[in-house]
Amino acid sequence: MKNWLMGIAAVGAMLLGTTVAEAGRDLDQIKQRGTLRCGVQGPSNPGFGVPNAQGVWEGFNAEICRSVAITIFNDPTKVEFVPVTTQSRFPALTNGEVDILSNNTTWTLTRDTGVNRFNFPAIVFYDGQAVMVPRRLNVTTAKQLNGATVCVQPGTTTELNLADFFRQNNITFRPVVIEALDELRRAYDQGRCDVFTNDFAALAAQRTLLTNPRDHVILPERISKEPLGPTIRQGDEELTNIVAWTVFALIDAEEFGITKANVDQFAATNTDPRVRRLLGVEPGMGAAIGAANENWARTIIKAYGNYGEIFDRWLGPSTPLGLERGQNNIWTKGGLLYAPPAR
Amino acid sequence: MTDRPFESRPQPAVPFWNDPAKRGIVLQFGLATFLLFVIWTAWTNMLDNMSARGLVFGWDYLSRPANFAIGESLIPFSAQDTYGRALAVGIINTIRIAVVGIFVTTILGIALGVMRLSSNPLLARLVSGYIEVVRNTPLLLQLFLWYAIINSLPGPRQAVHFGPGMYLSNRGMKVPWVEWSPALWPMIWALVAGIIGTIIASHMLARRREATGGAPPLLPIAAGLILGLPFLASAAQGFPATLSIPVLQGFNFSGGIELSPEFAALLAGLVLYTAAFVAEIVRGGIQSVFKGQWEAARSLGLSSGQLMRLVILPQALRVIIPPLTSQYLNLTKNSSLAVAIGYPDLVHISNTTMNQTGRAVEAILVFASIYLTISLLTSAFMNWYNARVAIMER
Amino acid sequence: MNAPISTPTTARALSFVRGETLPQMPPPDDVRLSLSRRVARTYFGTPANAAITIGCILVLVWLLPPLLNWALLKATWTGNATTCREAGGACWSFIREKFLFSVFGLYPFELRWRPGLVLALFAGMVAISVQQRFWSGKLIYAWIAALAVMWGLMGGQVLGIPVPGLDPVPTRLWGGWLVTIFLAVFGAALAYPIGIVLALGRRSQRPFVRLVCVCWIEFIRGVPLISLLFIATFIVPLFMPTGVELDRLIRAQIAFIMFAAAYMAEVFRGGLQAIPKGQYEGADSIGLNYSQKMRLIVLPQALKITIPAQVNTFIGMFKDTTLVLIIGIFDFFTPSLKG
Repeated sequence: MKNWLMGIAAVGAMLLGTTVAEAGRDLDQIKQRGTLRCGVQGPSNPGFGVPNAQGVWEGFNAEICRSVAITIFNDPTKVEFVPVTTQSRFPALTNGEVDILSNNTTWTLTRDTGVNRFNFPAIVFYDGQAVMVPRRLNVTTAKQLNGATVCVQPGTTTELNLADFFRQNNITFRPVVIEALDELRRAYDQGRCDVFTNDFAALAAQRTLLTNPRDHVILPERISKEPLGPTIRQGDEELTNIVAWTVFALIDAEEFGITKANVDQFAATNTDPRVRRLLGVEPGMGAAIGAANENWARTIIKAYGNYGEIFDRWLGPSTPLGLERGQNNIWTKGGLLYAPPAR
Repeated sequence: MTDRPFESRPQPAVPFWNDPAKRGIVLQFGLATFLLFVIWTAWTNMLDNMSARGLVFGWDYLSRPANFAIGESLIPFSAQDTYGRALAVGIINTIRIAVVGIFVTTILGIALGVMRLSSNPLLARLVSGYIEVVRNTPLLLQLFLWYAIINSLPGPRQAVHFGPGMYLSNRGMKVPWVEWSPALWPMIWALVAGIIGTIIASHMLARRREATGGAPPLLPIAAGLILGLPFLASAAQGFPATLSIPVLQGFNFSGGIELSPEFAALLAGLVLYTAAFVAEIVRGGIQSVFKGQWEAARSLGLSSGQLMRLVILPQALRVIIPPLTSQYLNLTKNSSLAVAIGYPDLVHISNTTMNQTGRAVEAILVFASIYLTISLLTSAFMNWYNARVAIMER
Repeated sequence: MNAPISTPTTARALSFVRGETLPQMPPPDDVRLSLSRRVARTYFGTPANAAITIGCILVLVWLLPPLLNWALLKATWTGNATTCREAGGACWSFIREKFLFSVFGLYPFELRWRPGLVLALFAGMVAISVQQRFWSGKLIYAWIAALAVMWGLMGGQVLGIPVPGLDPVPTRLWGGWLVTIFLAVFGAALAYPIGIVLALGRRSQRPFVRLVCVCWIEFIRGVPLISLLFIATFIVPLFMPTGVELDRLIRAQIAFIMFAAAYMAEVFRGGLQAIPKGQYEGADSIGLNYSQKMRLIVLPQALKITIPAQVNTFIGMFKDTTLVLIIGIFDFFTPSLKG
């Protein structure tokens, strides 16, 4: 009976020009389809994911997805970017419209378990919720914000942290809640709100789009922990491994000093067995995580560089966002990035 | 054959597929089976899918704390309150925008419709230009426009001071308001009594007018009842009300009553958009009144105001009301676009709820059925009213 | 009496008949007013009228200069976002820069000729359709063919069959005006027949059929379009058997079709009710069966008299496609809201 129903549904879906996925693990589906569907923040999130004039997605999160595509297919172009909103991202992931979210989703307990059942293989960005205020208000700490009007996006951890923070400090606020980030930013820019709150990095990105970015300051406090990372559905260990080790390879590469420029030289001459294993000179690691090629890490680094290079290219001090490495530095330099060894 | 030619011949057995009645039954049975099958399939699929994704169907989330704050609410709400209460806030906000919107739209729409027929070509052209532009651009864009315009007002510290204790800024309009205290109850009851008294008086006057052809005008009586009674009630207690006057405090004004930018933008967008449609309906209604009625009214010497009020509009109403009903419903349904500019209406709250809890099915079910209820109730009321004003033919 | 007595032969003797022709009189005032006096009378004839005119002029004076100032004088025609902000007027350069993106969205850059062709085809079909001399049954077939070609060009496949020589482009890459046009045009095309069926069903003799149609129409008309789009986005995927997924655009499209069909059904019902009963009875009396009666007698009349209402409904649909913004499908207006 079920098979028969499946058949009818399959024919119906074919008629509507859609695809019928075979039941099975996500990775098998991705390989069978030949592309990785990557959910990015739409319409755009400067530095993290923006379509350029040709409609090609660029940015930190986009390169994470392309790196994963290299691991799976040995081809960075086999990614389909799907713009999702804060509201549509989780249904899109559960419904299989995307295989992986790379849109600054916070790892929380209820998202990892409970009704959502997602998996967070690795953290690519350590962030915290911050507040931005116009400079002329002369506010130095978020605790001075009693009675302020706050611009916040709905359906995010941000919205909940905000209420928690004000409650904990016994002060009141008035939210202005708009889902579209552009519309929300415009409201703040026009002075509808005294405060704009979001994850720090996202806030820095939004700040660049204000009329006069210099007139606004982001207060030093972080009112929450926001570990951000690629998100996949629970239930596929192999995909989890691939995503995790793609991120770890980028971090390890920075620790070893492997860069886009010197990766070939490292592969040819370096004698450190850890480096040789990571770059696939001594085979085994690629096969272990199920990569398409033993050279996967080398290909990724050759294309995009190590973690630090990707960070600097899209988010670092030389970009409009101008973010410091801070917590997002490798552990040997005082940051939190610490990848398990490839062996 | 026998010699009884007129005896009806035995009917040949009609095959059931040629018998309309039986065919109807079979057809409907087939349709019912098909629908049941579709619904059953969708239902079992939904249960399968939900259990596969670890989702559960239930209403327990309604009693859990919401943990988010809501910008404006007619009932007290804080982040510790439940999702159920948040939903109630959303429902009240939707009803608030719908009621105010319908009221203002009716007045503006009738005015525009009459102006559209003005003999002054400048006015008629201006109004028809407005109607065409507004009717043919998407409402969503108009809402964004109004929101941007209202937000471009000066900030609270540079607020426009347009009257004693009245301020206009991008935090909304603030005006003084009576501070609530239980001592106000007698005034409220007096007001209710005044309204009921006015309704009774208008019926009595109408009967008297029909009987004698003349009666004192209603307006002074109504004003006396509606304004005078609460005044007396208040005076009897020695004027207990205190006025709350907005003052700039910290980031914003406190005290007084507020019209928020979100509400104002939504109201402006909905009213100006829907009024353009109402104007066209009113124009059509007025033009549907026979020319003889105009001429007869003029020949009786009625002024143009009386002509409209006493002769034309009562007849035009019959044509106007059915499409007007659907415009009222459109306004109510379009208020769901509030989600785009941040007015916390039913859809906005449901949307947040479904993001925070993952209960998409329940949240959508709730708000769709509430809109459906509002729509069906409004339709029922307007049908009843329509039956009352419908022409009584012999 | 001694009054003069008239005789038929002497007209001259009639005192109440004028004998000579009078010189021509000038025509009455209102016909031959000079332009200035006519204007004065139309716009300032009565005090109330004068007040209205002055009021209108004041409104124009109040509204137009700032608008023109914003749209023309202070506007930026070249340059980037920063120059726009400094000028403070309309940002036409931004619109121009983003124009292609607003048309094509994320459609693969090197394949943009395909949607370009689709837009040209659509424009051509509309240009043909508005001319009365092309109105015939063939036009419907032409539209069906055009829609199929448009679909094939956009997606690189029709009904799951790949079009030779064209790479398939998944709908998640469609965007810009294309999505608006697709939703509206396919919505209209499919809502039309469904609307007719629903309207006929609502007037059916069979109580169960009537019940189903009434429930359908009233449910859809009773809830906001946005909730249908939500249902399509969040709930419909749950109705699919495991492993079957329905594209996001297609789901939105289905919601649109259902929405438009319910409204069209009410339009058609109005048309059906307006056809005199004699037409139904006449068709019955010449022995036509139900489908012949509807196809040959009733529907041609009912559809024709409801054309204005149909056009209004379609215009409404076109505007409503902006709502897909809220469920996150790239459309026409998304780029214009950026920056």
